[in-house]
Amino acid sequence: MGKDVLEAQTIFKPLRVSQSDMMQKVPLTDVSIGDKIKVEKEGREYTGILMPTHRFSGDRIITLKLDNGYNIGLKVTDEERVVLLEKGGDIERKSVDLPSINEDLPKISILATGGTIASYVDYRTGAVHPAQTEDDMIYSNPELAQRCFPSVEVLFSKLSEDIEPNEWILIADSIIKEFQAGAEGVVVAHGTDTMGYTSAALSFLLDDLPGPVVLVGSQRSSDRPSSDANLNLLAAVEVAKSDISGVYVVMHENLDDNRCSIHMGTKVRKMHTSRRDSFKSVNKEPVGWVDPEERIVKVEGVPCRNKKEPKRIGCINGDVSMIYVHPGMDEGLLLNGSEGVVLVGTGLGHVPTRVISTVKELIDEGVPVVVTSQCLHGTVNCNVYSSGRMLAEVGVIPGKDMLPETALVKLMWALTLDDKVEDIMETNVAGEFSERRW
Amino acid sequence: MVDYQELGLKVGLEIHQQLDTNKLFCSCPSEMVDEIGKELVRFLRPTASELGEVDKAALMEARKGLHFKYQCPQKSSCLVEMDEEPPQGPDPNAMELALKMAMMVNASVVDEVHFMRKIVIDGSNTSGFQRTGLIATDGELVIDGNRIGISPICLEEDAGRKVESKGKEKTYRLDRLGIPLIELATGPDIKTPEEAKHVAQYIGGLLRATRSVKRGIGTIREDVNISIAEGARVEIKGVQELKMLPTYIENEVERQLMLIEKMRSLKDREAKVSGKVYHLTDLFKECSSKIVKSSLKNGKGVYGIKLKGFNGTLRGEEGKALLGPELAAYAKTAGVGGIFHSDELPAYGIESVECEAVVNELDMEGEDAFVLVVDEEKRAKDALEQVKIRAILAMKGVPEETRNAVEDGSTVFLRPISGGARMYPETDIPPYPINPGYLEGLELPETPDEKIKRFKKEYGLNKQQSGQLFRKGYDLLFEDMMKEGIDPSIASNMLLHTYPELSKEGYEPDDLLDEVVKEVLTRVKNGEFAKEGIPKVLGLILEGNSVDESISKAGLEVVDDHEVRNVIKTIIENRKDFVQERGMGAMGPLMGVVMKEFRGKVDGKKLSGILKEEIEKWCS
Repeated sequence: MGKDVLEAQTIFKPLRVSQSDMMQKVPLTDVSIGDKIKVEKEGREYTGILMPTHRFSGDRIITLKLDNGYNIGLKVTDEERVVLLEKGGDIERKSVDLPSINEDLPKISILATGGTIASYVDYRTGAVHPAQTEDDMIYSNPELAQRCFPSVEVLFSKLSEDIEPNEWILIADSIIKEFQAGAEGVVVAHGTDTMGYTSAALSFLLDDLPGPVVLVGSQRSSDRPSSDANLNLLAAVEVAKSDISGVYVVMHENLDDNRCSIHMGTKVRKMHTSRRDSFKSVNKEPVGWVDPEERIVKVEGVPCRNKKEPKRIGCINGDVSMIYVHPGMDEGLLLNGSEGVVLVGTGLGHVPTRVISTVKELIDEGVPVVVTSQCLHGTVNCNVYSSGRMLAEVGVIPGKDMLPETALVKLMWALTLDDKVEDIMETNVAGEFSERRW
Repeated sequence: MVDYQELGLKVGLEIHQQLDTNKLFCSCPSEMVDEIGKELVRFLRPTASELGEVDKAALMEARKGLHFKYQCPQKSSCLVEMDEEPPQGPDPNAMELALKMAMMVNASVVDEVHFMRKIVIDGSNTSGFQRTGLIATDGELVIDGNRIGISPICLEEDAGRKVESKGKEKTYRLDRLGIPLIELATGPDIKTPEEAKHVAQYIGGLLRATRSVKRGIGTIREDVNISIAEGARVEIKGVQELKMLPTYIENEVERQLMLIEKMRSLKDREAKVSGKVYHLTDLFKECSSKIVKSSLKNGKGVYGIKLKGFNGTLRGEEGKALLGPELAAYAKTAGVGGIFHSDELPAYGIESVECEAVVNELDMEGEDAFVLVVDEEKRAKDALEQVKIRAILAMKGVPEETRNAVEDGSTVFLRPISGGARMYPETDIPPYPINPGYLEGLELPETPDEKIKRFKKEYGLNKQQSGQLFRKGYDLLFEDMMKEGIDPSIASNMLLHTYPELSKEGYEPDDLLDEVVKEVLTRVKNGEFAKEGIPKVLGLILEGNSVDESISKAGLEVVDDHEVRNVIKTIIENRKDFVQERGMGAMGPLMGVVMKEFRGKVDGKKLSGILKEEIEKWCS
């Protein structure tokens, strides 16, 4: 048997651990992932394909895919004998017949930034891989080709929690390029965690948009037949083709797979950790809905498609902090050297009275401080209670009914403009606040 | 008598038993409810694999273009069942039960359980997959002297409960989704239909012995894998009634034999399936069939294909179902209502004029057959494609397939058998380590053999009685009765004799609640009525009466000894000549008269005692 019989020692030495992927704690030896092996253990034999070891697996556990399709975890110590039966070889992806592209359909650019929405599934391991190419996107969503002339570009592939403010600029500039290249609309495929931040940022950065920019994500990963990714993406494409302009988020309206809501980019927030209808417009109704199956888009009170030349205004200064107000808070947190501060206050926009002197200190140093409310719903009003009046007196900028996240992004943007920050914050630039609520 | 040995019959069972714990991946109770709750509408999308291959079973489901409605009762479903929240870790009680079962069948438990996603896109799972984990392999039991391999043993979630199927909409209720199931698969070691029943009974007994499994119809379901030497593996899903198990196997063997015979005759005739689909609407313009008429009015058409050499293979004499239903089942997967074929026509209002026209149009010869579908062009053509696929399979013999069990013992085609490749890791649930120390500490219930022996010894039953109590699933109830001091022979007599008699009379004695039956026997024990009254009382309870009402309606109120004695005295008095003549020899005949008076009200032994005393008194 010689070389084909392996000591447990060699299977596990050295162990390579990759932090980036749950499925990549790989025992590395002459035996590699995908090989057919036999484990002799306590008088029984287990035959199967060696799979990547699960990151949360215990010490010296290997994952074996048995012939019946099940994976099991087996402890392989010096007692067990492992026999290599057959090398696995590389599995090549078969070339799939992708649908043909019809250039007469509306040209829609799809910019992938990462997240489930822009991914495809490796069915050998069940792992979800980010889409790297146009083909990957169309492979997962062949219906795209019937609805538009898609042009897919992968800008980067990041979990949305890893997207940094400077990347909003890259996205904004890419959108402008796409419009300049003749796109009728641009879809931005994005992870959902911070999609609301990006949509707010694009709403401020982009001006004179000739058509719609639609951010879309997915709450149930595309490795399940019940994923919302496909419906959301098709809905986003329908909105991108429609006769409107501006920045929007399109996601499931409710738990049914039939309609998606169209949210204003500055008024939308992820309000649930997992439901497919997590995204809600706050202090405003969604501007419309879309039925992707019937290809119906209904909108109200939004700007029309036009012939303007899109441009970017300003930049992003990431050095702004958001501070969540709470009983017992340390006012020292405010003095962190940021160039701007957004307070997420209690109630109508309050902070503990003892904190107000620190706020004054900041403002006197020229650091703009915007106050929003952790109630999310309703507007900030500094005139009702004394602590609010005191905040107003020291020069805090009321964030009105802006979402705290939108206020944060707006302040990051306002700091890069020439005008007075206070004036910008109090001007309704991209529908981020409203005067009437009901 | 079919010689199953000679046919090379191999049967394997997959037993799915619901556990009486919380749901497997959330904290909902495992309860079926009448509540509908809020409703959701969903679609499921099959995804091509990395290799560009879509599983053929998955594809067939998807082609039906269905959407699904889910009823989400608040009492027994939550966001996890709605596929709106990631699953929680497996329920520890369910896991413990699965491990106990694994130990009881002498299997090897894995070191870590890795839950998998088994792709199922018929809508029964909101996620599009069933979560299942392999707990142990390589178990075995010796049943009736035969070794039966048990592998694998899995712990999985039950699917949603189908409520309705209307057009392209299927409705499921999520109360059942997520209820833990232990799945035990036997090897193909079972050789006869009857043996299959014994094995199922035995394993059912093991499961019940844990006292943590659900009882009642639908809580244990069997899938049966059947093959004969020249046939192929066919999986019959969802057998709920154990006593029907042999019938399904016998019927399937008969079906496979039929398919093999037809394969031979098709080969002899050099049968062929032609590729061409003919548009035949013009031939049916004058047709008097209602179905055809109304379809044509609605813009549908008649389409047909020729099956060369198939004449007489579709339907036998006296309407015996041959290949016809097999072709129809495939056609239905394309969404049509059914097919017409030449072996059954003329009929259904289709006259011989039309049949002859079709024969001419299709250029048919004596041994050829045709199949017609009346529907919209695309659907009809899809359906005929399916018919062709099935007809080609018929020339090769028995296709591997999954069939649904129908209550009458027959089965219907569901889909081609699904491959093992449809399983992927459930990345939302971390591996579940099994500590060997934990396994050793598990307390296992006694084995059936131990139990049967103990019943004999402790309760004075014979081997047959204790064996039957176990096989029929009454062992736990019996033992509970013993704890309450009920007489073993009265209890076993009721379960093993009274119950079958009640069944014969059309009652369903297994519907009786354990508590009620115990109550009845306790009343007997307390002398409220005599054991002879048990059948009547149970009958009345099954008709909807309470225990008290039943005893009273049965006219079994206790008669006191004094009154009994008086009535017996009167009986003797009225027959004094007879008693005079026979002396103690009158005992037998008079006992009949006395029993008639007191059956069920007074214990027979007691009656005979009093009667004897009174006759003695009278004679002296």
